[in-house]
Amino acid sequence: MRALAVGGEAVLVELESAAEVAALHAEVLRRRDAGGLGPVRDVVPAARTVLLDGVREPRALAERIVRWKVPPLAEAQGPLVTVPVRYDGPDLAEVAGRWRIREREVAEVVGSVVFRVAFCGFAPGFGYLTGLPERFHLPRRDTPRTAVPAGSLALAGEYAGAYPRPSPGGWQLIGSTDAVLWDAAREPAALFVPGVRVRFEEVAG
Amino acid sequence: MSGAKPAKALEVLRPGALTTVQDAGRPGYAHLGVPRSGALDAAAYALANRLVGNPPDAAVLETTLDGVGLRAGSAGAVTVAVTGAPCTVRVAGRPVAWGAPVRVPAGAELEVGRAESGVRSYVAVRGGFTVPPVLGSRSTDLLSGLGPAVPPGGAVLPVGPAGPDPVGGADVLPAPGAPAELVLPLRPGPRADWFGPASLAALWRSAYRVSPASNRIGLRTEAGTPLARARAGELPSEGMVLGAVQVPPDGMPVVFLADHPVTGGYPVIGVVPPGPALDAAAQARPGVPVRFVPSC
Repeated sequence: MRALAVGGEAVLVELESAAEVAALHAEVLRRRDAGGLGPVRDVVPAARTVLLDGVREPRALAERIVRWKVPPLAEAQGPLVTVPVRYDGPDLAEVAGRWRIREREVAEVVGSVVFRVAFCGFAPGFGYLTGLPERFHLPRRDTPRTAVPAGSLALAGEYAGAYPRPSPGGWQLIGSTDAVLWDAAREPAALFVPGVRVRFEEVAG
Repeated sequence: MSGAKPAKALEVLRPGALTTVQDAGRPGYAHLGVPRSGALDAAAYALANRLVGNPPDAAVLETTLDGVGLRAGSAGAVTVAVTGAPCTVRVAGRPVAWGAPVRVPAGAELEVGRAESGVRSYVAVRGGFTVPPVLGSRSTDLLSGLGPAVPPGGAVLPVGPAGPDPVGGADVLPAPGAPAELVLPLRPGPRADWFGPASLAALWRSAYRVSPASNRIGLRTEAGTPLARARAGELPSEGMVLGAVQVPPDGMPVVFLADHPVTGGYPVIGVVPPGPALDAAAQARPGVPVRFVPSC
């Protein structure tokens, strides 16, 4: 773990793995909620980092954080949401081919994983979900689509994700969901909040 | 008692190149992928609200280069103040003060003219613009599309009730104009080590210019020395802060402004502290020289 001051009011903590990021993120939230962290406006996990923005004395905080004892995250830690999915994506056949399985078995692979929202980015409520075993990791499409429909369930690299609204996108589309991924009037607005666990459940199309 | 009075409003007659509703933005939602957004020139925004006796987080209009034309609704006169980029302000065709509270009678036109220098003028109205908030903010976020739509000609912007503070409570003269050169203090890191010492030296020495591709997301630069990376490979996306200076593969620094993405995958060579320097960046026109100076 390495912690770097970012400007005058932020700390960027570098970690070795997504699992370490998840553990540190949970620890930061635990200490913040317990009142032991001091002021912090934003806690932003990413692929291999956690950013604490809007803090006082970032250099001193960075020195403190690297001395923290961070317990590994328990597998069942975090709220669990179940998301209904139809496996009707235009890249389903290609994904099945890369995985060397039949199309209808994609649902079994994805459905057997309890994902975790590692972080959000790209668009409000777009979560990067980790948990897919490495042998199922996929490249992005060579040519991104200019328009991906809202609710598309997609895979790329080590991540799964679902598009909260129509947008361009280069991920492999395997299915679609009617789950409300983003609702600004809801608290929290995003269904996929960092730390939430996600299970995809197949429903009939 | 009579019924509720009809709400005051301002109608957009001439939207200008880009006029958006802005307030203090929506910080605190970066973990959901939501940019902070908010008025780009924070000092001009704060002053506009103080001049009309608004709370500091009231929503105003932010114009871009050529101002905006408005008309007070029939429900009553409104008090406005224009700050930021200096410009001619007219009410019902007659010139009135810039940087001071001004009364616009019911039905009268308010013309906020082209910026004489700088880029963005701020139009505050007593009571604030009360378009519906999203995640606690009325700011239009041009990166992710949250907040009110950019108001087209004919849009009617509702005005809220006046608060308890008096008009004209500001005792500071607005600083007119933008400097001829943009000098940005820069605190190196967190990814300065992605660039060799030669690149950092080049950054301090080089004279960049504000690129016309600049917007509310970032101030882009051109014409200076491209910054070469000292290491190969890709940086996994990581959290970004306001004022972060990202260096894309073309080597030309980009200064992140209010609508910046919450994460990014290009290394950040340093950070410009929020405050006067970023306010000046919000007012720097394309072609203005940019220099970075070391800050600690």
